[in-house]
Amino acid sequence: MSLISCENISLGYDGEEIVSGLSFAVNEGDYLCIVGENGAGKSTLMNTILGLRAPLSGNISFGDGLKKNEIGYLPQQTIVQRDFPASVYEIVLSGFQGRLGKKFFYSREMKETAKANMQRMHIEEFGERCYKELSGGQQQRVLLARALCATERVLLLDEPVAGLDPKVTAELYALIKELNETGITIIMVSHDIGAAVRYASHILHVGRKTFFGTVEDYKQSKLGKKFLAVYEDSEDSSDDESLKLLKAAAGSPDCKSGAKDGEA
Amino acid sequence: MGEYLDKLSYYLSFPFVRYALIVGTLIALCSSLLGVTLVLKRFSFIGDGLSHVAFGAMAIAGVMRLTNEMVVVMPVTVVTAILLLRTGQNTKIKGDAAIAMLSVGALAFGYMLMNIFPVSSNVSGDVCTTLFGSTSILTLNETEVWACIILSVIVVCIFVLFYNRIFAVTFDETFARAAGTRVGAMNLMIAVVIAVIIVLAMNLVGSLLISALVIFPALSAMRVFRSFKAVTIASAVLSVVCAVIGLLVAVLFGYPVGSTIVTVDVVAFIIFALIGRR
Repeated sequence: MSLISCENISLGYDGEEIVSGLSFAVNEGDYLCIVGENGAGKSTLMNTILGLRAPLSGNISFGDGLKKNEIGYLPQQTIVQRDFPASVYEIVLSGFQGRLGKKFFYSREMKETAKANMQRMHIEEFGERCYKELSGGQQQRVLLARALCATERVLLLDEPVAGLDPKVTAELYALIKELNETGITIIMVSHDIGAAVRYASHILHVGRKTFFGTVEDYKQSKLGKKFLAVYEDSEDSSDDESLKLLKAAAGSPDCKSGAKDGEA
Repeated sequence: MGEYLDKLSYYLSFPFVRYALIVGTLIALCSSLLGVTLVLKRFSFIGDGLSHVAFGAMAIAGVMRLTNEMVVVMPVTVVTAILLLRTGQNTKIKGDAAIAMLSVGALAFGYMLMNIFPVSSNVSGDVCTTLFGSTSILTLNETEVWACIILSVIVVCIFVLFYNRIFAVTFDETFARAAGTRVGAMNLMIAVVIAVIIVLAMNLVGSLLISALVIFPALSAMRVFRSFKAVTIASAVLSVVCAVIGLLVAVLFGYPVGSTIVTVDVVAFIIFALIGRR
C-alpha cells in the first residue's frame, strides 16, 4: 500500500478546473519532485495533499497508517516572519503543535527531540538566536527542523530553495537528500528542474499535459525532453549574458539565479 | 520628595485610589499579553476599530440609563470582534475597509446619541470621559473591581494555557493549519479576548487610547528582546510598570489618568528604541 495515493483527482478554484485526471502514488522512501510552469496548480496540489483544500473530484488516500497531521510541511516564507521576534528553538519546538492533542504544553521528550533535530540540521548553535537575524539558508534549515518535529515520515517542501544563492542551494539539497536516505519520504514542489532530475526518484509534471513516473522515464518522455531542453539550454549558454536575461524575462526555470549572478 | 510621599500615602488611604491601582495593574497586564500577537498578525487596527465600537455601545448604555454599562458594551464588542475577523479572513482590503467603516460609524452614532439624549447637562464632559477615560477609573465601585479582577484572571489563564498555540498561529498560520491546529478557532479566541480586554481598558484609558496600551509595550519589548517568550514577559512587565507610574503621577499632580499612562508608555518606547539601536 502506498503512503499517499491520488486517483484521478482534479484541482481548481471556485469550480474552475486547473488540473484534471491526475493520478500518482508516493511510497515510503520516495523522493518526488512536483514540477510545472507557474500557475499550473502545483501549490493547489500541495494544499490538497495537506488536506487544506478538497479536490474538485477524485480521491486521495493515505496508507500505511499515515495520519493527516503526520506530514511535515515547509511552507514558503511569509512577510510576518521577517520581523518576528522568535528564537530558533521556539520555532523548532512549535513543530510539535500537531501532536499536542488535548495538552497545552510541550513535553520534556518533545524538547529533547527538538534539540536533536536542530543538531541534524546543523543549527544547534543558533538555538537562542533570533530567527530574523539568520541568513536565508539558515532560516530554511530552521523550518526543516521544525517540519521534522511534526513527522518522521513525510516532508512536503514548497520551493525550499527560492531566493537562495547557488552554494546554499546545493547545501540544502544535500541535506534534504540525506534526510531522504534515512528513510524519510520527500515531496518537493520545485522550479529547479535540473536539481529535480538530479536528486529525485520520481517526477510529477503538472500542467496541460501531466507526467508521473521515475526520473529515468521522465528523461525519456516527450514532455520531459522538452522541459529539460529549455533547462539545458540555459545551462550551456551560461556565459551569454543577454540570452540569460532574455530567458529570465521569459520566466523559464533556473534562470532566476542566473540573472542574479549577471547583475552582480 | 518627602512631601510627595506623604501626599501619596495620604491618597492611598482612600479605597478608590487603591482600586484604581489594582485595576490599572491588571488591565495593563492583560492588554500587553496579546500585544505582540496583535502587532505581528497585523491585527492592531482591529483593536482600534473595536474601541470605537465600544464607545458607541457605551453611548447606547448611557442613553438607556443602565447602571452597569458592561452588560451592553461587552456583548456588542465581542460580537463585533467575531464579525470583523470573519470578514477579514477572506480578503485583506475588504477587512480593512469594513473595520474603518464600522469604527467611524460607531463613533459618529455614539456622539450623536449622546447629544440627542443627554444624560447630564455636561455632554462634552461625558464624551471626553468616554473617549479619554479621564476620571472613570477613580470612580469604580467594589463590584466593578471584582468583575475586572475575575475577567483579568480568565484572560491571563487563557493566554498561559494557549501560549504555545498562540505562538504557532502567530508565527506561521499555514504550517499551523497543516499540522492540524484549529487556526480558525484560535483566531476567534484571540478576537474575543481582545474584545474583553478593550472593554476592560476603557475604564482605564478611555476608548481612544486603548490601542496605545495594547501596542506600545509590545513594540518597545520587540526593540530589545529577541525571543517570543522574552518579548511577552518584557512587555507585560513594562506595561504594568508604566501603568503604575502613570497612575501615581496622575493622582499626585491631578493629571488625566489615561493620557498620563500612555505618555509614560511612549517615553518607555523611546528609551527601548534607543537601547535597541546599540
